[in-house]
Parts: sequence; C-alpha cells; structure tokens
Amino acid sequence: MALETGANVQGVLALEADEVVVERTRAEPRPRLASPTSEPRWVQWLLLLAALGFLLSFLLLPLVLVFSEALRHGVDAFLAAVREPDALAAIRLTLLVTAIVLPLNLVFGVAAAWAVSKHEFPGKRVLVSLIDLPFAVSPVVAGLLFILIFGAHGWAWPLIDEGLTLGLPVLGQVHLQLPKVVFALPGIVLATVFVTFPFIARELMPLMEQQGSDEELAALSLGASGWQTFWRVTLPNIRWGLLYGVLLCGARAMGEFGAVSVVSGHIRGRTNTLPLHVEILYNEYAYSAAFAAASLLALSALVTLVLKTWLEWRHGESLAANHRH
Amino acid sequence: MGIRIEHLDKRFGSFTALDDINLEIHKGELLALLGPSGSGKTTLLRVIAGLEHADQGRILFGGEDASRLGVQERRVGFVFQHYALFKHMTVADNIAFGLKVRRGRERWPAQRIAARVEELLSLVQLQGLGGRYPAQLSGGQRQRVALARALAIEPRVLLLDEPFGALDAQVRRDLRSWLRQIHEQTGLTTVFVTHDQEEALELADRVAILSGGRIEQLATPAEAYDRPATPFVYSFVGAVNRLRGQRRGDSIEVAGLALPATGVEAAGEGALDLFVRPEDLRLGEGGWDAVVVSSQRSGPRLRLRARLEGGNGQEVELDLPVEAQGRHPAGTRVGVLPVRFGAFPAA
Repeated sequence: MALETGANVQGVLALEADEVVVERTRAEPRPRLASPTSEPRWVQWLLLLAALGFLLSFLLLPLVLVFSEALRHGVDAFLAAVREPDALAAIRLTLLVTAIVLPLNLVFGVAAAWAVSKHEFPGKRVLVSLIDLPFAVSPVVAGLLFILIFGAHGWAWPLIDEGLTLGLPVLGQVHLQLPKVVFALPGIVLATVFVTFPFIARELMPLMEQQGSDEELAALSLGASGWQTFWRVTLPNIRWGLLYGVLLCGARAMGEFGAVSVVSGHIRGRTNTLPLHVEILYNEYAYSAAFAAASLLALSALVTLVLKTWLEWRHGESLAANHRH
Repeated sequence: MGIRIEHLDKRFGSFTALDDINLEIHKGELLALLGPSGSGKTTLLRVIAGLEHADQGRILFGGEDASRLGVQERRVGFVFQHYALFKHMTVADNIAFGLKVRRGRERWPAQRIAARVEELLSLVQLQGLGGRYPAQLSGGQRQRVALARALAIEPRVLLLDEPFGALDAQVRRDLRSWLRQIHEQTGLTTVFVTHDQEEALELADRVAILSGGRIEQLATPAEAYDRPATPFVYSFVGAVNRLRGQRRGDSIEVAGLALPATGVEAAGEGALDLFVRPEDLRLGEGGWDAVVVSSQRSGPRLRLRARLEGGNGQEVELDLPVEAQGRHPAGTRVGVLPVRFGAFPAA
C-alpha cells in the first residue's frame, strides 16, 4: 500500500482538471439572498435618515450657527472681539491651564494605568473606582469640593492665610504657607486636573491590560532595568493610546466649565478661562463677541476631532480594543 | 551550567503550584518539563528564570545560590510561548536589545553588537530579515527571533515555555529538530515546558513528568515510556489499557489470566490496576480469550477493540500494523497476549 505513490499522483491530476472545468461552467451569477441579520432596505434607509437628521439638527447645525453668528458682523468685528484684552487674557489662561494640566495628567495617568494593569495588589478595585470618580461626580460638585478645602471657610484656609510655622530639628524654623488656591490659577488647575484625570488613565488601562506583561518580562530577563524597560518597551507600546488620551484630555481641559466656574471667581482678565469668558459676554448681550470666542473653542474641538479620527484610522490597532474600527 | 533545585514550594492562594520539587538538571542537557495544564510545569520554569519567586526552597546555578537573584541578574535566556517580541522594533533591534541595554564596562561597541546580531540571524536561519518587523514574520520565524534574542546575551541556561505551542503541526515538527540542532551547537543547558508528550519524548535527553505540583518521574524518554513509575505517567505518556486485577502470591490474576508478578512492587495480597499499552498486546495463544468489538484505521496503524471473555465486560485496545486490516472483523474470537505490563495497587 505504501508503494502505490504513482496511482496517487494520477488521482490528484485527474481531480485537478475536473475541478477547473466545474469552476468555469458555474460562472453565471446566482440570486443574492439577503443575509439573515440584515433588515429590509426601507428599514435601513429609515434608520439612516433618522440618524442623519439627528446629527444635522443637533450637532452640525449648532456648529454652523456658532461660526455664522461669530462672523455675522464681518471678519473685522470677529478679529476685534478675539483681540480684545480680556479675550486674549482668557485665551492665554486657558492655554496655560491646559499646558499645566496635560503633563500632570500624563504622569498620573500612565502611573495609575501601569499600577493597575501590570500589577496585582489588594485594593486594586477600589483604586479603579476612584479613578472613575471624576466621571461620576458633577463638575460643579468637584469645584465646591475645592472651595470647601481651600476656601475662606475651608480646612486648609489657615495654611493659606497665615501659614504654619514649624520648629524642625535640623532646618530650624520653617514657615509653610500655601498660595491662594480659590479664585486663582492653582484652583483652576486643580479643578481641571480633577475633572480630566480619568481620560488618560481610562484609555491606557484596557490597552496595557490587553498587552499583558510578557514583553516587559522579556526585557527584564534580557537584563534591562525597570527604567529601561519602561522607556524602551512599555512606553513605545502605548504611545498612540497615550496620544489619544492626551488629545481627549486636552480637549476637555480647554472646554471645562462647571468645576472651573465654581473656583475661578470670574475675575476678568485674571481668572477667566475661555468658556467662562463666553458666558460673561453672552450674559452681557454681547452675542457677536460671545460667539466669536465660542468659535475658537469649537475650532479646537474640530481639530481634536480630526486628529482623533486620524489616530483611529491610522493606528487603530495600537489603541484600546474599544476604539478599533 | 547545571541547575539544582531543592525543596521548592509555591502556592497561589489555596492552589499548590509546586509541592516540594527536587530536581537536578545536568550541565548541557536538554530537559523537558512535561505535564497537563495546572501541573506546575510553567510555574517551575518561571521560578527557575526568576520571573516568579518560590515560597520555599533553593535554586542553585552551578553551585551558586540564585534564589535571591532577580531575573536581570540570573542571566537566563527565556523564550515565551507567544514570543513576546518587541512589536515596535525590527528583528535586528529585538535581537540586539539585551546587548544594547548594558551599561558601563559591560557595554559592547555598536560594531560588535551588529556582528553578533548577524551571527545569530544566521544561526536561526533568518539572514536578511533583520530589517523586518515582527508583524511581517510567520509564527515559526517569530519564535526563531525570540530564540535568537534570548541567545544574544550568552545566557547561562536557556528556558523555553511551550516554545511550539502556538504553531501548526508541520512547522512544529521542523522547529523541533532544528531546536535539537541549536542545542547541540550551543551546548547550553536547556529546559523546555510542553504538554505535548510526543515533543518531549522526541526532543529531550530527559523528561520530568509533573502532576499536581510534584514530579512523578524523572527519566530518559525511553524509560518514561517503557517503565512508567506511576499510574499517572502510564496514562499521561502514551496510550494505555487499564484493567482490574488481584495479587495472589507470585502472580497477578487479571480477567482469568495469571501473569507473573516479578518486578511488581505492590506488596501482599490485594486489588491492583494492570496497565498495558496497546502495542504491548499481541494476538496469539496463551493469553486472554476475547471478542473483537470494533476495528478502526488510524493513519499507519490499526486500532482493534476487544472484550475480554473473563473480564466482566472489560475491553482492551490493541495497536496492530495496518496489514491486519480486514482479518479481524467485529465478532471474531481472538487470543490477546500481554508482552509487557505494569501493575500498581488499585487507586
């Protein structure tokens, strides 16, 4: 039986020729049957129209309105509204706050995601819930929290008002005094950090969990130090996810209204961020100027959206599973 | 470098992964850790590598106590089941990683690193693929890169965790003989984990068979197959028939047949289990009378099932050359003779 190779080869040849002929004669198209999971065509169209109508009326229309209102009195009026000193101060403050908040949350977010996804320790679930807290708490409540702690009647007020003088053994008399937090830049930064904290951590956690720690262990077994492993293996693996998180975090930081509104005190030219500036102008019936400022925020949102879409399209496989397309 | 493992214990919560493991791995040998999932084989390998720490016991690398050393200081080459290649680095950068992270006096000049990478690429037969990324390679190629990367640091021992587990059968067979070659070329003490007995028996110098965190038997592949030390080894390595029997003086009575009890350690009178491999059963006179129940062709062999006349309906499986096909249809009477068997006190 084992020696009948000749017969086998012939058999294969005959089969091949047969197959080719059969394939060719069966060229006529067969009627296409609808897949069992697809709806009738009219249902598809109806759903599509409903979705499109919703998008147009609730998302695109307002966006167009913002820009058209901003430019209603011409480009010169728009530029004047944007170049006005209070507006410039608001833009500068917003950018400054974002520039401080982003690196802070970058470090916090990476550290938290790393701790949660690559290690097992008691209280891990509690930590994960805490990371989500800012999503659950209303921003206004978050703002009030900081007033309660750092405000004129808050716990930490003595530290800010008079400071604390400590007699330390080696350093001698040390005077500890916190800067003013509420109605000043530190308060705005704190409130924004609080509100935007989960964006980076939440983006990285599933990604890092999904990647596991085999690559890190491999790096360690090859003699890399923990630091080298982080910079050369962990970080490059999460870079696109990190950028994605930074993008969302930045967009939110620039647009944050509630928490910042509570702690900022609305001092024009000093503690007014761009969203607060829009509100003030609007309340003063300076519609055109309000929309001009609002259009800047809308523009930053559009840029974010484009970058986000590009990231999802170009580097979708390096993002957490829920962003893959 | 030889490895000596003394009284190793490891628990995960209430689960005992390693239970008082003692093992001596000779210098330059290729040892397989074989066992079902949950037997502790991977944990043992990771403890040797320093990726896990044992609760108790010592590991000596060539006489030096390595138990307290971290994974970085042990200088072991570890190959992961799913390769764990650095996705964002080229093949060459992957292989060079262990050399590039060296600092101070141990650091090699770039030229020497590049030369070493070339040398390793040709060792694993991937010349010219240094510029590719892991995603552009096949599974077998990735595993070879992982091996080259582990070898780059000139490890003291090479540890492989299910090295061929994620590959398809044909590639597995090729890589198996290739790994044997590499082992002979480098002369490294090598330990690999597998759940595939064929792989372990074919590739290793010695096999440690694990179950429930204990080593059931440590032997050469031939010994493990021919003289299994425990019922577990009998049933895990190779196929086996298990029959109920009774010890009576110098003989074992199984299904009406008296077999000599020489070499059987079950002491005294009592129930025992007889283990006979399908290929150790011959058709012929002087054995059990049996009736063929079914016969099944399996590749180059013929599997015959037969019911023993005096055995309370117990059935055995025989492994016959394929020429016997058709000679013993269901219902025919045959004589079945065990030529080699093992017996253990009944569980």
